Amino acid sequence: MKKKVDPSPYLLPFVGLFFALFVWTLLSATVAKDLPSPYRTWTESKHYILHPFFKDGEMNQGLGRLAFYSLVRVVKGYALALLIGTPLGFLIGLSKKTSQMFDPLIQVLRPISPLAWLPLGLVIFQKSEPAALFTLALCAMWPTVLNTAVGVRSINPDFLNVGRVLKLSRWQMFRKIIVPASMPYVFIGWRLSLGIAWLVIVAAEMLTGSPGIGGFLWQEYNALVYSHILMSILTIGLIGFILDRLMGLLEKRFRTT
Amino acid sequence: MTFLELKNVGKSFSSANGRRAVLSGVNIGLAEGEFVAVVGYSGAGKTTLVSLIAGLDAPDEGDIRLEGRPVTGPGPDRGVVFQNYSLLPWMTVFENVFLAVEAVAPRLSRAEKIDRTRHFINMVKLESASNKKPHELSGGMRQRVAVARGLAMKPRVFLLDEPFSALDALTRATLQDELLRLWEENRQTVFMITNDVDEAILLADRILPLTKGPGATVGPAIPVDIPRPRSRRGLSLLPGYQRAKKRIVDFLLSGVPPADNGPGAGSEGGVQ
Repeated sequence: MKKKVDPSPYLLPFVGLFFALFVWTLLSATVAKDLPSPYRTWTESKHYILHPFFKDGEMNQGLGRLAFYSLVRVVKGYALALLIGTPLGFLIGLSKKTSQMFDPLIQVLRPISPLAWLPLGLVIFQKSEPAALFTLALCAMWPTVLNTAVGVRSINPDFLNVGRVLKLSRWQMFRKIIVPASMPYVFIGWRLSLGIAWLVIVAAEMLTGSPGIGGFLWQEYNALVYSHILMSILTIGLIGFILDRLMGLLEKRFRTT
Repeated sequence: MTFLELKNVGKSFSSANGRRAVLSGVNIGLAEGEFVAVVGYSGAGKTTLVSLIAGLDAPDEGDIRLEGRPVTGPGPDRGVVFQNYSLLPWMTVFENVFLAVEAVAPRLSRAEKIDRTRHFINMVKLESASNKKPHELSGGMRQRVAVARGLAMKPRVFLLDEPFSALDALTRATLQDELLRLWEENRQTVFMITNDVDEAILLADRILPLTKGPGATVGPAIPVDIPRPRSRRGLSLLPGYQRAKKRIVDFLLSGVPPADNGPGAGSEGGVQ
């Protein structure tokens, strides 16, 4: 018998998309007259999309350039978050004392919004760029810290016993057993952190007025070009989605058992 | 001198209803080169016994000595094969064994370490799976890797904690035969925990029955009078097999340690 391919998994996402476009069109035609319709959004934005690398000044650049600035900033802040968060997570996971020392602090710091950190960053660094990175790192590192710590704590005790029977040194135990055994959790933390970093970058750029996709969005709001706001929002979502997928692929490669 | 000696060893764990004695008054003596199997019900404290000898856990009372030196912690002189293989899943077969070689013989050159690793992988007939990860292997193959890793440590005592209990019957028989062959070639001191009576009789020189917990203890040893080299074939027809089996089964059914009757029985610390 011939195997029949069910087309619905490929078709249904488009149905959802058309539904969203329909609601959007409806809204722009009825209640929200200032909201550009999908068609208008496209005609007013296509220059930015079709020529993604043009540059007509600091705040008027193609989408590719804007996204690139944001991505570079995210990479820097995210790297900072991982550089601080991963070792901190291992420390907290390995030592009960460190855990008791830092756990309450983390629980208090974790729910603080990037919008609250940013002014503090500006006070400390006086410049918008380091303030943005500071905010990014501070907001994005918690999932890495917490997941790494959980990963270390949930290592199969048999693996640790193997190391104990072999009398591995503390360093060897860490490098050969603890790190690889907690990697699956660490990766979950890294992935969540990246998602948060991307959320925060937009807010940070909006507030500091830095060139990038978030800064552009805010500027176009002030300039009353609403279609560009919509274009920016869609771009932010799409890039966030792609980043998460890339992280997912990387995670799969490192997954053991 | 007794090679491996447990004197009045006791261990209890705290639980919801106070402390519960798992083992108490355990006396065991092993001669060098002897194969001893402990048989008992699951939950009777067999794994605790192995953990204590391995030094992964400390006894509350009593004293464990290997070659006269007290056991204070884990060490590579006691190679352990755990019940659930405990291979490191992110390492290949080769790397798992190599890790052990590297840890116990850091002074060897790299080439020597590689040779030794290969030697023990070949010994369990896994050369073709050398570069595979544990999850690509069957249960029997995994346990072979664990055996190779244990042997590669060249331990003074080889501790086996129900090594084949998770395997299907056919694979288990194959691995038992291989362990028998390996032991008869090397005559390593082995302390094995099992719940399989036939496995114990096939492999061991002496069988120690573990009474039912709580507060389990080891009854007088049951000698296995079957000449070596042994073979699975016709084993059950030998009078030595039948005597040993009867005494173990009597013990397991009654829960009382078997009476000390017959010549050679209960010779604790005795050399065959």
